[in-house]
Amino acid sequence: MPNSKSAYSFSNKKEKFDTHIIVVWVDNEAGVLARVVGLFSGRGYNIESLAVAQVDEKLNLSRITIVTTGTPQVVNQIKLQLRKLVPVHKVADFKREDKAVIFKEMALFKIVGPNNKLEGALKACKKYNPVILDKTKKSNVIQITALRREIDKMSKDLKKFGLVSVSRTGAVAMTRGADIFK
Amino acid sequence: MSKLYSGAEIVFKCMEDQNVDHIFGYPGGAVLPIYDELQNFKSIKHVLVRHEQGAGHAAEGYARSSGKPGVILVTSGPGATNVVTALTDAYMDSIPLVCISGQVPTHLIGTDAFQECDTTGITRPCTKHNWLVKDINDLASTIHKAFEVATTGRPGPVLVDIPKDIQFQKTKYSKPKKEKKLNGKSHNHFNQNSIDELIELMSKSSKPIFYTGGGVINSGPKASELLRELVYATGFPITSTLQGLGSFPGDDNQFLGMLGMHGTYEANNAMHDCDLMINIGARFDDRITGKIDEFSPKSKKVHIDIDPSSINKNVKVDLAIVGDVKTVLSSTLKSLKQKKTKFLKSNKQKTSRWWEKIQKWRSVRSLDYIGSEETIKPQYAIERLYELTKDKDSYITTEVGQHQMWAAQHYKFNKPNRWMTSGGLGTMGYGLPAAVGVQVAHPKKLVIDIAGEASVLMTIQEMSTAVQYNLPIKIFILNNQYMGMVRQWQELLHDKNYSESYTAALPDFVKLAEAYNCVGIRAKTPEELDDKIIEMLNTDRPVIFDCMVDKVENCFPMIPSGKPHNQMILGPKDQENKKITGKGKSLV
Repeated sequence: MPNSKSAYSFSNKKEKFDTHIIVVWVDNEAGVLARVVGLFSGRGYNIESLAVAQVDEKLNLSRITIVTTGTPQVVNQIKLQLRKLVPVHKVADFKREDKAVIFKEMALFKIVGPNNKLEGALKACKKYNPVILDKTKKSNVIQITALRREIDKMSKDLKKFGLVSVSRTGAVAMTRGADIFK
Repeated sequence: MSKLYSGAEIVFKCMEDQNVDHIFGYPGGAVLPIYDELQNFKSIKHVLVRHEQGAGHAAEGYARSSGKPGVILVTSGPGATNVVTALTDAYMDSIPLVCISGQVPTHLIGTDAFQECDTTGITRPCTKHNWLVKDINDLASTIHKAFEVATTGRPGPVLVDIPKDIQFQKTKYSKPKKEKKLNGKSHNHFNQNSIDELIELMSKSSKPIFYTGGGVINSGPKASELLRELVYATGFPITSTLQGLGSFPGDDNQFLGMLGMHGTYEANNAMHDCDLMINIGARFDDRITGKIDEFSPKSKKVHIDIDPSSINKNVKVDLAIVGDVKTVLSSTLKSLKQKKTKFLKSNKQKTSRWWEKIQKWRSVRSLDYIGSEETIKPQYAIERLYELTKDKDSYITTEVGQHQMWAAQHYKFNKPNRWMTSGGLGTMGYGLPAAVGVQVAHPKKLVIDIAGEASVLMTIQEMSTAVQYNLPIKIFILNNQYMGMVRQWQELLHDKNYSESYTAALPDFVKLAEAYNCVGIRAKTPEELDDKIIEMLNTDRPVIFDCMVDKVENCFPMIPSGKPHNQMILGPKDQENKKITGKGKSLV
């Protein structure tokens, strides 16, 4: 048996990786983020982006949104493992292609340069509801909300207009329509 | 107004209400207030170990043999870090433990205070859940919750970290709430349809096998009874994982022996060739499956497990039943009796050819070994130990290595909770402290740690504990002067380069026993073995039995890493023909 394979590996077939957005409702308590993130790192799962904040003060609930990639089997494991954590209430899983779900990320761009460049930058951002949060003679801070790949593209495109600093959030998600995830 | 209790008192009041009768621990600065209260709670007996890892394994032995959670009490810093191995071990083997650790006072947390460490941070990946109690008013509810988390669903270890100032503060005590729901995490998800489907699959199958694991043991003695009933009612063959031994009688004709890397030829081949595999409380561990993409290629697979994340983790299954083994088995039996009253009769014919095939595999006698008149063969030692103790309802613990596999192969278990071994984590040094815990839970029973000389030295200090509490545990060392399993792998995979696997300066175990004020016995020849074992059994004190065995015996049969079930190495002769090559070499 010269082609002896790993006793640990699942299969040597290359499986397709999908991007999933996992939303986790947790008790807002000390260490809960570490539990969730530790589960990902400990089991070798990816985290592409992360957004977390309290969403219900009365129930003391936080909502964690994690963008991850994995084979269907891995994504399934992620969900099942998350559900086992004591402070986890529910776990939702959306595919990135899912049309019934809105995904948004926010980015702040700092542009430094002469007026024509500042204007050029603003114009380039037009599609993504730009808001000028700060303005001086030499600089602008522009806020946009968009999809991940759109922000990726803007971070590249704005270079020529004097982009000096980018700050961006992880994705957050919400279902369209009147229904909420139970 | 109701009475106020200190945090330290509350710890014990909680334990009283949780019916804790023994705790295993070691005092230190950050738990002194708790130790100060110990004397006021007479129903709780403290067992002083010699190292916190020993406390953890002793609590595991206690839990596994009694079905109750094991309780540990340790101090901050090194106390907590020393117990990490045992917590991880319990996590891997799903053993309920509640560990109470002291912590530096809340105002010193984060200052790198003396004996401070981030205990909840360190133990987060090796517990089901853990808590740092920063408010005295949360203490009682947290400890009650800790017991609930440890013992419900898939059992496991939990830890409650209590800063020293909280141990002094006072508040009212609250009793445990009778709340069954655990944050919406119910454990019996299955419905009647899946049971019907299972019975349908069973009635269609002509080559079925039950593959059972530690989940049956964890589900309680009733689960083992139901399993026996089901296996007898169906007439199907059954094999068990290392952790499941004892849930079905080891000497029954329907039992094919243990499966997996060092499982029997008949069990592994039956797993490979079956058309229906019913996994009850096992987890398709890599020691069981061998090469995963050639694992039982033609079978329908059913998986009964309490943990939803075990389903489809390693092996995709056709029917998943998430639930407690006991509940699932009783539903299955009920339906079987209602619908298929003549199941056994109608099935006997169907499975007769399957049984013929199994008999053929059996006739290979894969557990046989080449005997000797001069040296004690380790397998022979276990066989004799079994023969001389089988009428005694004995409890066996082991360390990790060749001796563990030989014990699993040659010692036959007829009852659950009689076999305590570190399977998932594979912790050398587990068996001796585990035996301490078992003996604490069962003071009148015979408790034997089948050990290797290398493993046992990792926690040998616990002999002192055994002597202090008059725990007559028997440490039966198969002494081959090698880390036998390491040596075996070096022989098979690394051209007999026995790098660092020989222990050149072993202690004299008989003298060591005397130093600990227990009894040392040595057996050197097969001739004297029986007498020496009987001498050990007749000694009502702790014994270290130094059984000098063949130094180079290997543990067979064996599925080499990277190979499927039907390519086992059967013995020394076979070994040459099936050399491990290529990638298999790099596997553990």
